[in-house]
Amino acid sequence: MGNRTPLYDTHVKLGAKIVDFGGWDMPLHYGSQIDEHHKVRTDAGMFDVSHMNVVDLKGPDLRGYLRMLVANSVEKLKTKGRALYSCMLNHKGGVIDDLIVYYLDEAWFRLVMNAATRDKDMAWVRATAKDYGNIVVEQRDDLAMIAVQGPNAKDKTYAALGGNIREAAESLKPFHSVMIGELHVATTGYTGEDGFEIILPAKAAPFTWQMLLDAGVAPCGLGARDTLRLEAGMNLYGSDMDETTTPLESGLAWTVAFEPASRGFVGREVLDKQKANGIKRRLVGLVLEGKGVLRNHQKVHCGALGDGEITSGSFSPTLNRSIAFARVPAGVENGATVQVDIRGQLQPARVVQYPFVRQGKSCIS
Amino acid sequence: MKTPTELKYTKSHEWVRVETDGTVTVGITDHAQELMGDMVYVDLPETGRKVEAGKECAVVESVKAASDVYAPVNGEVTAANGELSGSPETVNKDCYGAGWMFRIKPANKADVDALLDAKAYEALVAAESH
Repeated sequence: MGNRTPLYDTHVKLGAKIVDFGGWDMPLHYGSQIDEHHKVRTDAGMFDVSHMNVVDLKGPDLRGYLRMLVANSVEKLKTKGRALYSCMLNHKGGVIDDLIVYYLDEAWFRLVMNAATRDKDMAWVRATAKDYGNIVVEQRDDLAMIAVQGPNAKDKTYAALGGNIREAAESLKPFHSVMIGELHVATTGYTGEDGFEIILPAKAAPFTWQMLLDAGVAPCGLGARDTLRLEAGMNLYGSDMDETTTPLESGLAWTVAFEPASRGFVGREVLDKQKANGIKRRLVGLVLEGKGVLRNHQKVHCGALGDGEITSGSFSPTLNRSIAFARVPAGVENGATVQVDIRGQLQPARVVQYPFVRQGKSCIS
Repeated sequence: MKTPTELKYTKSHEWVRVETDGTVTVGITDHAQELMGDMVYVDLPETGRKVEAGKECAVVESVKAASDVYAPVNGEVTAANGELSGSPETVNKDCYGAGWMFRIKPANKADVDALLDAKAYEALVAAESH
């Protein structure tokens, strides 16, 4: 038996197929992963993401610590509730994890990190925080998290959870959040659709889930979550980047704040060098033109430039064709055709700029 | 799990139906489609291809993974269900009916008789899930 979220029994009652995900017993789907995917693109779906690691940092000099800890700049967090996506790097510039930092007040920042990397993340955060005086690192295992996503997600959330949520959250721009009593409601997500991620007390999770269900929000499993995030062009830690790859090699240059040059975040030296000398590999999007389905670890032949590898490959329910991220030699340009080794046969695929889908619409010509 | 008693089965989760003209129709079982999840791609053998029992002759891919489909008996492919290329989800919805995959003219009728019956196949699935 793996770790279980406060919603485990709820998933079982709903008929979920449960699978192991990074040591957690999580719902893969509740019947059809593709139906769930379409629900999120066209209406509203919800995901139990309580396995994610919520960590509160409290102390007097949190900005000083976070300036060093993450590659993006917490100086962008000017208003309370603002969220920032960033990588946390090791000294070689490799990605220990990707995370969201929420600025709640000067003495309270919240990190939301991946589930499967929990132990190493906590070891790193605790070890590095020591040098910054009185920082209290608090793992919030008493909290749960539900992501409600889709074009109708917000309206259905208001219908389910009441008018005070609408009042407090309606005017939030993307990547902001607000505390409403014990609920931390954020306009973040992992699907490329509108919606909320709601962090709430674990004990409140089952009835909150039920109210969302009653309001017509479809329960969705990790299967749909993966195809949605791939279409939306969002990286998955452990597949698209890890400790052996830098953000620049993983399509995440936009999350690295090089200015000001004086900010010495962990991993900076390696990234500065890569930026100056150019990267050898880069992450691209692929659309399969040949037969089959693109899968993780398939080899990508890029002619004279060399070979690459698919890091996340699947079937796109929205585009009704197979898509992927691949790490390829940096010289491979968008628009080029590469050959993917699918079960021993070379199949053509087109290199494209991702995202593949945003707000229900194809971004691919 | 549905296991129609009039069909024959293989250890690799194909079902086989003997037609009046002596050919056999082949598909994957309810158990197999349920394990794989939503189908998104089917690659079928060409008509006229000689197939060998236990060797792969088709591929089904779900959102989750790819899986080979094996020829249940030696023979020659006489038809393939072209409808599936445009609607692979038919394999999930109606695996024993519209979700059939291909037809074979068996080299030897006795090979068909030797396949598992429904009871033996159910026992195999039960044993595999323990």
